[in-house]
This record gives sequence, C-alpha cells and structure tokens, in this order.
Amino acid sequence: MTERFHDIALTVNGEEVRERVDARKTLVDFLREDLSLTGSHVGCEHGFCGACTVRLDGAVVRGCLTLAVQCDGAKIETIEGVADTGAIADLQEAFQARNALQCGFCTPGMLLTAAALLAAGGVPSRDQIRAHLSGNYCRCTGYHAIVDAVEAVARARAGKSA
Amino acid sequence: MKPAPFGYAKATSVDHAVALLSQYADGRLLAGGQSLIATLNMRLSAPRLLIDINALDELKSISRDGDTLSIGALVRHAEAERSDEIARHAPLIALAMPHIAHPAIRNRGTIGGSIAFADPAAELPACLLALGGEVEIANTGGTLRVGADDFFKGLFETALGPGDVLTAVRIPVARAESRFGFAELARRHGDYALVGLAAAARADGKALRDVRLAFFGVGATPLRARSAEAAVERGEDPVAALAHDLAPQDDVQASAATRRHLAGVLMQRVAMQLAEPRR
Repeated sequence: MTERFHDIALTVNGEEVRERVDARKTLVDFLREDLSLTGSHVGCEHGFCGACTVRLDGAVVRGCLTLAVQCDGAKIETIEGVADTGAIADLQEAFQARNALQCGFCTPGMLLTAAALLAAGGVPSRDQIRAHLSGNYCRCTGYHAIVDAVEAVARARAGKSA
Repeated sequence: MKPAPFGYAKATSVDHAVALLSQYADGRLLAGGQSLIATLNMRLSAPRLLIDINALDELKSISRDGDTLSIGALVRHAEAERSDEIARHAPLIALAMPHIAHPAIRNRGTIGGSIAFADPAAELPACLLALGGEVEIANTGGTLRVGADDFFKGLFETALGPGDVLTAVRIPVARAESRFGFAELARRHGDYALVGLAAAARADGKALRDVRLAFFGVGATPLRARSAEAAVERGEDPVAALAHDLAPQDDVQASAATRRHLAGVLMQRVAMQLAEPRR
C-alpha cells in the first residue's frame, strides 16, 4: 500500500466518518473541505499560528501538521463538537465578557488550547497561561484579555470545586 | 501552501520501514511530522512516498537497562515531559522539555524525529550531545549505534544514511554526582532558540569534571564549547573562553555580536546551575 488515495474511517465530533482522501490532504483541510467543519481555521499552514488547533484522540494538535490519512481509526474533536458539548461554555462566555477576541480568527484554537490547560486543574499563574498559549497567535487583542479570561475561568472552576 | 502529491504507506514494523526505505529511494519517514509536514506544506521537500512509522509500538518505550536509559524514537515530547523515568534518569531532558515548541506540537513531535531532523537551534540534539548519548539505527545491515559526538555532521545533516531508521536514543543514567544545566533565549516562548546551552558535568568535591557544554543556535550543528569546558574544570571564567569556541553568523534573527553576547549570558547562568547540588 504505497498509493496516493486511501480510505479512512474515523470519528469526528462523535460521528462515524468514512471518506477517501488524498494522502497529501492535511487534517484541517479535510475537516473544512470534506466535512464542512469550518470552525478550525487555516492560517500559516506550517505550525506557527495555532489557528488550526483540533483534538486528536483527546490531545490538542496542529491540524495543518497532521495528515487526514494518518487519522484512520482516530477520534477527532473540533471547536464545533467541543462547543456543542457545553464543556467550554464558561470559557467562551469569559472570552466574550472580557473582549478576548476581536476578529475571531484565532479564537477556536485559543479556546481548545486554553481548555487543555484548564483541564489539568488548579489555577495556573499568568506566566503559565502565557507559556501554554504561546503557540497560538492573536493579532487583535495583545493577549492580555485572553490571559484574563483564562485566569478568570480557572479561578471560577477552582472556586466551584473547592 | 499545500504539499505536492505523494504516496503513503503505513509501516507495520521497523523491518518493514527499512524495507520500504530501501525499495523507495525517494521515501521519507513520517514520525510526528511537526517539521516534515511543514516543509511539505511549503514545498521545500517533495518526496514521492511517506512511510508512516507512527503505529510502531516497538519504538514507543522508555526503559532503563543498567546504566543506560533508552528512549524509543516515537516517544512524543509530551510523554517525555510527563515521564518519571526521564525526570529521574535524564533530568537534563526534563529541563529542556518545556522549552520545546508549544503544547500542541509537543503532543505530536517525537524525540527521534527531533534528533534525526537535527535543527541546529533545537534543544534535544544539544541535550544528546551534552549527555554523551548514542543514537540507535536500524538498516538493511542490522542495527548500529553512533555516539552523539559523531552523529551531527552539518546543517540538518547527520550520520543517518538514506536507508537508516533512527530507532532509539540511549543516554547514560544520571548519578548522584551528575550535574546538569540548561538555558535558552528565544523571542517567543517555545520558538527555536536564538541561543541555547545544554550542559552536563560530574561533581568531584568542589570541582567539576567531565564537563560537556553543548551550545545550540550558534552554528550549523549543536556545538561543544571545549575551551569553556576546560575553563569550568579549572575553575576559571568560561565566558572569556567562549571566544575560542563559538563563531556565530549574522542572520535575520540576530547578529553574530548579539549571539556571542547572549552565549556568554547563558554560560554564566548554566555555570551557576552546574555548581548547585542537584535536588
């Protein structure tokens, strides 16, 4: 099997998907073009900007640095699926309340990356939040409001569980 | 941009990967893909076949064998970051981990991939050099080991031949008297270093012996700073000695003079780390 086109079967946001893909198609292009899941954005296409962030088997990855053909048998979650579960509703609300987005291009990636940090529990320091989000570019906000939003959610979640 | 077309094959064993590589001269191994897929997207590389080794469980273990810690080539950065074995037996790698790229990249990128790619500004090649580790390689002739001092040959050039599969890195297990230091400067947390330094030594009373200083981001490969190593061992100022060791070039990131200055700053920081007893 050294062909260019391959059949893949995977789960995307809880739904079984079977498609035939060109080996050169990146995961984010597959999600956007074949499945019309356009919440994951294509920015730099070489791993710098983080706009294409999705979850692969539970871990955040760059959608532009993963090939769709590699995701045979995998579980993919995009911002559409994660938002629909309500699991990050508090984070989305905090982003809105604190103007942690302007154009919104980076926001899906920011949310998923921040959600991974928040899932680890505890209240990370602002430096830790910045380090964790360092791979996600935002050209509008200057990051301050994003760090504010993530910090507020971490505090609120810690308060609730305490 | 989008990659040029290529075929794709999933290797089912190391032997299978070796066979595919020997059969397809224009094949490339795909591990974490965090550098390879970027170069494909930018069409800096256009192989005819990608040989995906991600399913090879035999390359995913971290195991201690006597005085050696063996880290499988497919161990991902995030796994290494969480590994108790690495924290205990290879603390230098644990120190370096948080500096390597960003969480989403660390979830995919592999130890073997980083060493094989040999970016001159990457952390792990320098760590391997500082630790005096070895690289384990499989090819049609069997397996062989190459020491870190002989592995990094030039810009993105290593001892790996076209038919070689890097299967593991082997690192001497840290002892009570082992000392380590790590520091780097980057414009953005997680970016490739402007200048970095990974260091290992052995404490002998108040003195340091077997000092290995591996600078990165200042040349075509990670570089041993041998004059500075000798200075540290003699208890002299290693910063002055660096002038004999490093000849960085100007590039878009920083001038040679800036890099020389920053290398001295890191040298001071790491010299202090090496002098401290390990926690």
